[in-house]
Amino acid sequence: MFEFRKSVFALALAAGIGGVAGALPAPVAAQTIKAVMHSDVKILDPIWTTAYIQRNFGYMVWDTLFAMDEKFEVKPQMVEKYDVSADKLTWTFTLRDGLVWSDGKPVTSEDCIASIKRWAAKDSMGQKMMASVASLDKVDDKTFKMKMKEPYGLVLQSLGKPSSNVPFMMPKKTAETDPNTQIKVEDVIGSGPFVFVANEWKPGEKVVFTKNTKYKPRSEAPSGLAGGKVVKVDRVEWIAMPDPQTQIAALQNGEIDMIEQPSTDLLPLLTKDKNVKLVEFNPLGNQYVMRFNQAFKPFDNAKIRHAVMVAFGQEDFLKATIGNPKYYKVCKPVFICGTPLASEEGMKDVLNQNAAKAKELLKEAGYDGTPVVLLQSTDLQVLTNLAPVAKSQLEAAGFKVDMQSSDWQSVVARRAKKDPIDKGGWNLMLTSWVAADILNPVMAGFFNASCDKAMFGWPCDPEIEKMRDAFSKESDPAKQKQIAIDLQKYWVDHPTHVNLGQWYQPAVQRTSLDGMLTAPVPVFWNMTKKK
Amino acid sequence: MLDFIARRLIAIIPVLAVVAIFVFLMLRLTPGDPAAVIAGDNATSDQIAMIRGKLGLDLPIWQQFAIWIGDMLHGNFGESFFFKKTVVELIQQRLEPTLALSICTLIIAVFTAVPLGVLAAYRQGSWIDRIVMGFSVLGFSMPTFVIGYILIYIFAINLGWLPVQGYVRIGVDFWQFLERMVLPSITLAIVYIALLARITRASILEVLNEDYIRTARAKGLSTRVVLMRHALRNAAVPILTVIGIGIALLIGGAVVTESVYGLPGLGRLTVEAVLSRDFPTIQAVILMFSVVYVVINLLIDISYTLFDPRIRY
Repeated sequence: MFEFRKSVFALALAAGIGGVAGALPAPVAAQTIKAVMHSDVKILDPIWTTAYIQRNFGYMVWDTLFAMDEKFEVKPQMVEKYDVSADKLTWTFTLRDGLVWSDGKPVTSEDCIASIKRWAAKDSMGQKMMASVASLDKVDDKTFKMKMKEPYGLVLQSLGKPSSNVPFMMPKKTAETDPNTQIKVEDVIGSGPFVFVANEWKPGEKVVFTKNTKYKPRSEAPSGLAGGKVVKVDRVEWIAMPDPQTQIAALQNGEIDMIEQPSTDLLPLLTKDKNVKLVEFNPLGNQYVMRFNQAFKPFDNAKIRHAVMVAFGQEDFLKATIGNPKYYKVCKPVFICGTPLASEEGMKDVLNQNAAKAKELLKEAGYDGTPVVLLQSTDLQVLTNLAPVAKSQLEAAGFKVDMQSSDWQSVVARRAKKDPIDKGGWNLMLTSWVAADILNPVMAGFFNASCDKAMFGWPCDPEIEKMRDAFSKESDPAKQKQIAIDLQKYWVDHPTHVNLGQWYQPAVQRTSLDGMLTAPVPVFWNMTKKK
Repeated sequence: MLDFIARRLIAIIPVLAVVAIFVFLMLRLTPGDPAAVIAGDNATSDQIAMIRGKLGLDLPIWQQFAIWIGDMLHGNFGESFFFKKTVVELIQQRLEPTLALSICTLIIAVFTAVPLGVLAAYRQGSWIDRIVMGFSVLGFSMPTFVIGYILIYIFAINLGWLPVQGYVRIGVDFWQFLERMVLPSITLAIVYIALLARITRASILEVLNEDYIRTARAKGLSTRVVLMRHALRNAAVPILTVIGIGIALLIGGAVVTESVYGLPGLGRLTVEAVLSRDFPTIQAVILMFSVVYVVINLLIDISYTLFDPRIRY
């Protein structure tokens, strides 16, 4: 590939030192996909952290009991069959035949029970489910029962949760690790489609996975994160490459096969190159969100928060950050457009950028002109331009805004602290959610309104919590949807956050790569690579 | 001499103490919480607080400092907050690329800049002198990452001679190692060449008017011998000083160059550690760079005696 090397080798051959090497048979090259992911893998425990790179890592190595398909339906994955008793108080799960860990030991129901417990100790949806669980009991090596204190409607949605924290099944010994302690490198043993090659893991350089030859895929065709996880390459390498310009150059030069999240600024460059293609693998995309800090004035007042919803219009945010309309969508429903719970009900009078109406509301609510502190992240390209747009729309509505800029990690640290505004606290911050994390009111962290137990912003609203509880206990999809609509209508007047539109991030691949599945997570099974 | 070296080595201790206190306080007093970074975007306040407790970040600053210093005195530089590896292991893993980059850069820089500087001085005012000085200004003014992108565009994308990025360990495949070192080393060397060429030219010009140069010429020695044996040797002390000072330039440049070329070295480790607020790693890497800087300058001071017999310690 590289002329320099060819020249040096030619010189070596001319000098007569390459003759022996020339006589050796060429080794059969393993089919390897080299991909640059959105971040380097530093932590190996997808339960310990909610970071997306660990979730992606988890899908390579571990498997799940259930998984969500392309149509957002939860399908059995490691589970062969399951049933629920007539009183909906006992769930019985039976594992598929032939499931083994990569060290050769069989996957047992005890492994799964321990894994569910560890996941549920960390994940908010898991915590909610476990509040209704009376016991988890082994029946035999392949079967276990989950007995409920009361009927719970989100058992399958919880166990088939597609995004962080995903309930990955781990060996009992690993799953018994304290949920607040990272698992050890040597404990990264999964029953998923790939095997993590620990001795080739070099943080900051690469993570290596090989095909798990012991893995037994389901017989169904792959769909989303469900179905048969058939691995069609020998090896996958995630290369750590922080510089976006270098990533593109390496892709064009054929040194890597894929970039999970190419910089949106550089996409026009790529569309001109015949050897690369854009792949929109995640049609759900992401949602921009502004979060209120409800622990302090003025956003402890629901009317003032509602005024912000009236003042805002989504398109300016999307234009300023994404630019190309192909990669964004104005979407008023708070649950992702195109998913079962999306509805326009209650949204007619908000998100229309109506500054005059917002001014009136502010006056009625008694806003006293105290500046509000708006945090701006300056180093994440997809977030940087949100804050100036928010500032401009808020000021048009009569707010006084003190926009404070810092790098993203400082924003993350600051938003987690419940300090008063004059002691380094904050009023508003902007972020983005992966759509797969916010598909229903229980899953969506920003709807958690349980005061101090809620995420940063600390909303405290018993009515929202009541509706979330009702949603979690309902198993009829039509009734669930009605609860979600009622919640949305209530939330418009008592917002915990404001949704600012959806955006999409295509991956970019060499044309030699094919078979990437449509899913909320980039997965590598089903992918093929032409020689 | 031994007395001098011993005194200089002992002088490292207060330097390191000051660096340690400064780095520790700087990290604790600037905004950023490693626990919030580790916990991820969807974490609750309780989860973040729990991680903070696990990492010992909820202890008073003086207590954290005492624990860190105590551990260091026992040879324990701590464990990275993120990697579940000791900082020493991480540094060992990342040392080779940075060391290779630095050595290749130094070789390219010294063997290019010194002859260019000597030539420019010898031909003072000529077109060669102007080109060398023009290159110096350009090399000094252009940011390292811009040089990197230009070289990648020409030699990797357009000509396809060299790879864009990556690192292959020298023990794995020497040719691939060399291929991947060429562009980063040249990128980093350019600013160094610019600096060294200017200093070499100035130093040589100073000694070219000395009596002993005139005597050497009068003896009928060739220009090469006059320049290399008499002029350059006497001009070596300021050149060596600049090479020593330039080590700091090299460390700073390595951070950018390693990011542009995807080299998994200490420069990138530092950037990653700073961005994720990995306190133990940042502290250890900065302390290590300080030791390297002090030791290299000590070696430079010792090397003066080889070029100037009047210098004795």
